[in-house]
This record gives sequence, C-alpha cells and structure tokens, in this order.
Amino acid sequence: MADTDEPEKKRRRVVELTEKMVVDGGSRDGGEWDGRWNHINTFLERPGPFTHPDFEPSTESLQFLLDTCKILVIGAGGLGCELLKDLALSGFRHIHVVDMDTIDVSNLNRQFLFRLKDVGRPKADIAADFINGRIPGCNVVPHFKKIQDFDESFYRQFHIIVCGLDSIIARRWMNGMLLSLLVYEDGVLDPSSIIPLIDGGTEGFKGNARVIFPGMTACIDCTLELYPPQINFPMCTIASMPRLPEHCVEYVRMLLWPKEKPFGDGVGLDADDPEHIQWVYQKSQERAAEFSITGVTYRLTQGVVKRIIPAVASTNAVIAAACATEVFKIASSAYIPLNNYMVFNDVDGLYTYTFEAERKENCSSCSQVPQDLHFSPSAKLQEVVDYLTENASLQMKSPAITATLEGKNKTLYLQTVASIEQRTRPNLSKSLKELGLLDGQELAVADVTTPQTLLFKLSFTS
Amino acid sequence: MAATKTAKEQKYDRQLRLWGDHGQEELENAHVCLINSTASGTEILKNLVLPGIGAFTIVDGHKVSGEDVGNNFFLSNNSIGRNRAQAATELLQELNTDVSGNFVEESPDKLLDNDPEFFHRFTLVIGVQLPESTCLRLGSVLWNANVPFLVCRTYGLVGYMRLVVKEHTVIESHPDNALEDLRLDQPFAELKSHIQSYDLEGMGKKDHGHTPWIIIVAKYLEKWFSEHNFQLPKNYKEKEAFKQLIRQGILKNEKGTPEVEENFEEAIKNVNTALNPTKISSGVDDLFNGEQCNAITSQTPAFWVMTRAVREFVQNDGGGNLPVRGSIPDMIADSEKFINLQNVYREKAMQDASVVSKHVESLLQSVGKPSGSISEQDIKLFCKNAAFLRVVRCRSLAEEYSVETVNKDAITCSMDGADGEMVLYLMLRSVDRFYQQHSRYPGVYNYQVEEDISKLKLCVNSLLQEYGLNVSVKDDYIHEFCRYGAAEPHTVASFLGGSAAQEAIKLITRQFVPFNNTFVYNAMSQTTATFQL
Repeated sequence: MADTDEPEKKRRRVVELTEKMVVDGGSRDGGEWDGRWNHINTFLERPGPFTHPDFEPSTESLQFLLDTCKILVIGAGGLGCELLKDLALSGFRHIHVVDMDTIDVSNLNRQFLFRLKDVGRPKADIAADFINGRIPGCNVVPHFKKIQDFDESFYRQFHIIVCGLDSIIARRWMNGMLLSLLVYEDGVLDPSSIIPLIDGGTEGFKGNARVIFPGMTACIDCTLELYPPQINFPMCTIASMPRLPEHCVEYVRMLLWPKEKPFGDGVGLDADDPEHIQWVYQKSQERAAEFSITGVTYRLTQGVVKRIIPAVASTNAVIAAACATEVFKIASSAYIPLNNYMVFNDVDGLYTYTFEAERKENCSSCSQVPQDLHFSPSAKLQEVVDYLTENASLQMKSPAITATLEGKNKTLYLQTVASIEQRTRPNLSKSLKELGLLDGQELAVADVTTPQTLLFKLSFTS
Repeated sequence: MAATKTAKEQKYDRQLRLWGDHGQEELENAHVCLINSTASGTEILKNLVLPGIGAFTIVDGHKVSGEDVGNNFFLSNNSIGRNRAQAATELLQELNTDVSGNFVEESPDKLLDNDPEFFHRFTLVIGVQLPESTCLRLGSVLWNANVPFLVCRTYGLVGYMRLVVKEHTVIESHPDNALEDLRLDQPFAELKSHIQSYDLEGMGKKDHGHTPWIIIVAKYLEKWFSEHNFQLPKNYKEKEAFKQLIRQGILKNEKGTPEVEENFEEAIKNVNTALNPTKISSGVDDLFNGEQCNAITSQTPAFWVMTRAVREFVQNDGGGNLPVRGSIPDMIADSEKFINLQNVYREKAMQDASVVSKHVESLLQSVGKPSGSISEQDIKLFCKNAAFLRVVRCRSLAEEYSVETVNKDAITCSMDGADGEMVLYLMLRSVDRFYQQHSRYPGVYNYQVEEDISKLKLCVNSLLQEYGLNVSVKDDYIHEFCRYGAAEPHTVASFLGGSAAQEAIKLITRQFVPFNNTFVYNAMSQTTATFQL
C-alpha cells in the first residue's frame, strides 16, 4: 500500500530522486533502447487503407524523422512546451525553438517545462534544456529571439514550421515570411519551395489548429476576418462616463498615470511590476467609488492592464497534440493532413468543427493579385492610412507608405521612427494630388504584420 | 491596503480567472485515482497536477518496458524494469509540489478481488487502457459506491472517453451565449416605476443621448402596447415597425436631420433579443418536475433543496418567473443613469434571493436540518444561475453493454454516415472481444497483421449479431485496426490527456458541463463526436 505517513519526508525524497533523474536522464545512455519507437513504427512500416496516396511503408521513414527532418517551433509557452514534448516523443530530434520571452510565475500552471527556479530565464533556453535532458537523443536548439530577428536563410532550412503564438501580428508575419520563400517559375509554383505551416491558438477553453500550405491553401490573411479587431472602450466612456470597473482601470492606465507620473518622469506603466499594478488598483478603486461602481478587484485590475487571457493546461494540450499529429502526418506522408481548420471548445461537453478554409481570391498576402487603392485625388493621406488600418482584410497596425516620385523614393508617412514620424506627419493632412501622386501610381507599404513590403496601385476616383 | 498575492494565487492566476477561488478549492480537496500510467494516463494526470489537484494515486501492476518509455514523458529509460506506478509518480510529482502523489503497485483486478472498497475514497477514478472485463467490474463497484468513473483509451489514431456518473448537478455552467434577463415584456414593479421616472420627450439633448437603451425600449414598448392591445411585437414585420418607432424618437437638429444618438441605435439593434418573452427553459422545467425536486428528505443534496425552493418561488412569489438574475450588459449611458438602472435589477435580485432563502429555510426545517446548512452565498449563486442549471445523468456501463438495454438506435442512426466516429466505437468494442478470445490485441507484431484481419472480422460480426445491430462495418476499418497493433502514439494520448483532464476538472469543480457520455476522437480526420450510449 502507498506510504501515506510522513508525506513531507517522502516528498523531499521524491524531489531528490527526480532531480537526479532529470539531470542523469538518459543522455549518457546513448539514446536508444529496445522498443523505443514501437508506438509510431506501425504507422511508418505498415501499409494501410487510409494512408496518403504518396505513402510507402518503410523502415527508413523513422530514420528520416530521427536524423534528417528539421522542425521549427515558434513559441515556447503554453502551446510551445506541449509541442516540443509531442514532437520529441514522435521521433523528431532536430527541432529549433524561438521565443523572445522570459519565464513568469503565472506560466507555471501550464508551461510544464519550467519551474519556480527558472522564473526570469529565457523560455526557449529552459524548454530546450528540459526536453534534451528528458528525451535522450533529442536535440532542441533554442533561440531567445524575436521571429523578426531571422531572415529567409534561417527559415528556409526547415521542413515544417509549427506556431504556438499568442499574437495575430506575429502569425501574419510568419505567414508573410513563408510566402516570400515561394518560388514561381513561369507562373508555376515550385512545390519544393513550400514549407508547410501548422498554426495553433488557444484562449481559455477554446482553441483552433490549422494546416497551411503557403501558395496552395488558405493562408492566415485569407481568413483574417475570422479574427475581428480587438475593440477598445470609447474614450468618452473612459474619460467622463465610466460604468464598469474595467472603465475605471482604463481611466487610470491611460489618463491618470501619464498625468500623475507616480513613479517618476518618463517611467511608463510596467504591467509586470506589482507595485505599479497596486497603484493602478488603488486609483481605480477611488475612481469607481466616485461613480458608485462596484467590482474593482486586484485581479480585475491586473487582467485589464495586462490584457490577460485566461489559460489552462488542458486546452493547450489538446491543440498542440492536434498540431503535432499534423506535423507527423506531413513529415511521414502517413496520412492525408487536416484539410484544413479545426475549431475546439470544451465549455459544454467537447465540441469540434472541422472545415476547409478557402483561399481568398484577392488576398493581400498570397493571391499575387495587385491590391487597388481607390481614392479621390483630393483625399488626404490620412484617409489612406485609416483605410489600411481599418479595412477588415488588411488590419495593418502602423503602415509606412513610400512612393517613387520624380524618380526618387520618397517616404510619405512612417510612424515607427519618431524623427521620421515628426517630419512626415504634415503629409497626412495633404491631399494625394498635393503630394504629387499620380493615377496608377504604385505605393509600397511596410507594416509589422508582414516581412515583405506590399505593393498597392493607386486608382483615382473622379 | 496592500493586496499581496500569495505564491499560489500568482501561479494559478490564469486558471482562477476561469473557475474562481471556490473552484480551485474543490480541485485542491480532490483525490483522483488513475489506473495504468501509460502515456494516456500520465498525460491526463499531468493536466490535473499542473492546475493543483489535491492528490493523485496511480494504480498499476505493470513494470516499465522500453516501449513504455518511448511514448511517455513521465517515464525515463533508467526506470525500465521498475514498477510503472512508482516511476510515473515520481516524475509527475515533480511537476507541482503542491500536489500529493501516491502509487499502488497492484493490478486493478487484484484490488477488485481483495479490496474493492479501496476505490471508494476517491473523488474520481480514471481508468486507462483497461481490458473490457476489468472495466466492467470496476464500473459496477464505482456505480454502486457513487464514485464517478472516467474510462479513457488511446488505440492507434483513435481516442475514446466514457463518462460514468449517476447524477452530476451543475450550478455554474457558464454558458457561452446566455440571453440577458431584462424582463422588458413584464417589468417588475420597481423597474416599472424606474422607467416611469424618465421623460424622454422632456429631456435635454445630453440626457436624451445618454439614456440606457433598456429604458428606451421600455418606453416605446409602452407606446406600442397601448396601440396594439398589449401584445408584444411578434413577427419580423412588427419588430421592424417597432424599430422604426424607436428610430423616429431620435432627436433632430434645426435642419431636421437626425442627430447621432448611439444609445438609440443600440436600442434598435437589441430589439430582437430584448423582446423575447421571459420564460423558463424546458431544461429547468424538467428539473422542477423531477423526482429529486419533489421528494425532499434529510439526505437530499443542497442542489435539489435549492431547486425546490426556487420552484416554490416561481409558483408563489415570482409570478411564474425565476428570481431576477440582476445583471445587465454594458450600454451607452452616463454613469449615473446606468448605475441607477443596474441597481434596480440588483436590488430586485437580492430581494428575490432572500425570498428563495426563506423557502430553503422552511424546507430544511421540514426535514430537521439546521437552517445554516445551506449558506446565503450559495443561495445567491444558485439564484443568479437559476436559468442555467444543468444535470448530467449517464447510463451505467452495464446498461451500455447489456443486450437488453444497449442503445441500438443511437448506434444505428450514427452509422448512417458509415465513415463517422461510430464505426470507430464499434471497432473498439470488437478489439475488446478479440482480446477476450485471444488474450492479446490484434496485429501487435508485424507477422500477425494479415492473419488477424479475418479473426477480427469474426469479432466484429459476432458483436453486431449479438446486439442485433443491422449495420455494416467496412473492411477498411478492420484492416486499419489490425494495422494499429494497439499502438498508443503520444500525440493522440496527449489530445486525450487534455480532453479527459478538463472533464475531470468539470466534475470536481462542478463548473462547466461534462459530456454525456461517449466521446470519440479520430486523429486521421481531426474530427470528434459525442454519443449517449
């Protein structure tokens, strides 16, 4: 029977034992033992009635997974940790992982490769260490970087890329990067230039997994309307007629903090600093009391300031597993991959819906159809900027517009560099005609949502 | 006052936002039993240990094999030959020191032989990769002891779960798209007089544009009532006419063009749902008419005492309606008008809850229980969620497996699609038969695959015949299930791990609604289905 006395002693001994085990793991054993890959071999070595038409059973497929196949995992968080485990236990050994974040205490309820002692360290590094230590022979290479820190030469080396991101912008960037790798010969897509992208996302008890073959199936931007833009509270509500506790917190964050500078000049609100949050919480309570609003709690305050999305281990496990299954299918050709989008929700029972997301004929990213901009010559440049940010299919964040005028490349407006923003700001209130733009003119637009510059054709309306 | 967060609050923050501190408390008081620490089992436990389950006990008589280590994150190769329960407990325990991990190096069959009451102590028993005979034996013990049982298995690219619980009540179901409880079709007295206090025609421009849409709809409804014999706008035509009526109420400037009044636009947009007649859903009605609600004894669980109390309220005090929920959605309005309106609903909700409370008290008294045994807080929570109460009742395994009570209809109807998930369920039942006959699963070794196909087909046919199921199972599936060789690929085990763990959490926290009662996952097509068998 289990030893239920002296639980503390037992727990300490278990911790001792496992620390030793995690370190000694198995790497010194060389990494192979009898039966290790039995659970996946049946899918690689045996023919079957539902396999992919291209599938050929072989004892060499396993070797391909183990020795040659290179997978890139983007994100080492809730989905990333799961993905690394799933891939490592499915025969993949050459895995790279990119994550720009460090570990936070609130990650520990689901990002199981991290422990309390790891808080503050880079996620990619700790995740790689853990997997490599636990799964003998696995070689996860970490990159404590942003995805934008790499160029085509980095991404080109991978057979399949799996994303476990928490940002739509980053997804779109990744999408754009893989599209930029596509090679067309005489208008025909060279299939060897396609790197499949498996993308997973979760939020509370909801999640989705999708398979993208860039240039062939619907890309992230084809279905951008599936992600409606985040709605923020109207300014007048925040400034003068709050009704909800959230309005009070936003007031403090957006209006009171810049005014009172509670921690000094130039000190911005650091959502991760508990002292800052405490200040916001107290001021929010005062604001709420002024309007007889109840419900401001520390938890709510933090949730609003950090835009926290609730998260649990289970949803991440489900979605990552679905994604990893797809990686396995594609790498081994064992089965036809998911075609192409699965939605999951386990609030009431378990619900999934699987459908084929369609390519958008004039997708701004993957259709190669030149995008038109229709404006009157007297329209102001600001209107063009507004269109680029507000249009549901484009949803740009801070577009930078350049055009060739009189043979020279001229920046019409750029937001992300303060000095250039200042210099080009007057252009926003000038009309397109005043700026010297002509009908049919090409405008080049750069934005965080894409690694490539998008070309638009300006069409004047009368 | 410093609001210091404990280390646990920080760690569990992201999940506390889903099930609250009270849900977390339930989780931390729970003791879950896992039978068989294969990959599916350890993945399920991982997703319970991470959020802080109180304790787990693994029951497993097997020794760790090389094959086990290959697909299991919580077994390392230097544990080969050791007891699997112990090895897995160590690496699972390491995930979260808040959790107490235990193991029993024994097969479930032995425990059922010698000490079946061993299982009575658990909040929930999760059985993984169980042979049919063990599963049914355990199912019977747990059914009689009223311990929820979750059966899980990963078989090739198929995942399967079966929930066995006699009756599971849910107060906080957290429905995704709940309709508001605004009572516009039958405003209670305090709401009526609050609406009366507004004079839309006599207001200044600022007030007019910042009056809550609820008031606007109410006012125009009064107008409509007087012209339509007190009938609500019923069809599309009438609702459009009603919307027009409201639109005409938008202020116009000196030139006669309408001003921008967002609150009026909100009113128009909300007409369709706001005018839904207030009524009790059939689900809640069923609860009121149920046996548990009628026969209140000293053994009756709090859920049913409160349901009965609400029923008394509905019949005696609520005019046929549930206690007012008390919440209203945000809407364009100035702070004062909104807060005042919100308070009207909140106060009515509190009033209704205290009436329900009196009914609870008298019910408790009538069966000799102390009046404090159901707290005010619980009653308030119950009233707030009265429209969303759910009860899940699963048939026992005995009922599912017995020829007399097998759910033939569910099986035959779902087999219409021929390639749906039901055929996978029938295949799982068939491989179980195969195991009973041959003491092994089909196709485990390469040389067995071919010859086992015909043997498995015999099992399929005998299964269909025994249950009188007039369906046909394509040969392709028989071949595929031989091909699987009872493999347990990690990614499928992990999908199941996440799914099963969340169902376990639902059962323990009594929040959100568990599935009823059979769930099948097809990793080939990434599709799932739920059947009630």
